[in-house]
Amino acid sequence: MKQLALVLFAVLALCGCETVEPWERGVLAKREMQWQTDPRESSLQAQIFASKEASSGGQGAAGGGCGCN
Amino acid sequence: MLKRWSLLCLLALLALPAAAAVQPGQAAPPLSLPLLSDGSPAVLALASLQGKVVYLDFWASWCGPCRISFPQLEQLRQELGPRGFEVLAVNVDEVEADAQRFLAQVPVTYPVVRDGTGETPRSYGVPGMPTGFLIDRGGVVRLVHQGYRKSDGADLRAAIIDLLGEQAP
Repeated sequence: MKQLALVLFAVLALCGCETVEPWERGVLAKREMQWQTDPRESSLQAQIFASKEASSGGQGAAGGGCGCN
Repeated sequence: MLKRWSLLCLLALLALPAAAAVQPGQAAPPLSLPLLSDGSPAVLALASLQGKVVYLDFWASWCGPCRISFPQLEQLRQELGPRGFEVLAVNVDEVEADAQRFLAQVPVTYPVVRDGTGETPRSYGVPGMPTGFLIDRGGVVRLVHQGYRKSDGADLRAAIIDLLGEQAP
């Protein structure tokens, strides 16, 4: 019984899934819907983070901590 | 047993096929849509362009590559229009004013029609934005061009010239 309920719930939950068609992505394309609202700002932040935190990998070359790489 | 069946059912649900895209070699589905450019209730049908090589371009104002494609398509049409080439742009914006704003920034002389309902892109199975369907003189889709880069213009031009050399059946 419990299993059946679980399956029913899963099926019902799946009914909520909806494919967003390519031509329906106008709202998703808006700036406020992006992970990074300002690409230039975020690349600058990533650059500073990578050099100041002496963390490397994934964001270009490693630096010496001067923020000038 | 129940577990296995339910799992299968769930998988089947997930695997529901998306609408199949129109492939090269298939006849272009008919369409008849209101013109966007002049705001009049005039309707343009794809059938009225039969005998011409048509680049049917699905676009939206929010689509970056569309902005690149418009001037290039305009240029292709200026150059090859006299030989029987036409561009038909289908706008799929949800808000018409967005499309008008886009056209004010990137003006074109080829006809632009509008489908805010999504019916036409669905019937063509548009796989991404923008997608262009190059249709030959006989109304058959010969090339499906998805996305747009600056460098795509040359290949497209060659394909159009190829099709222009063919006789209408």
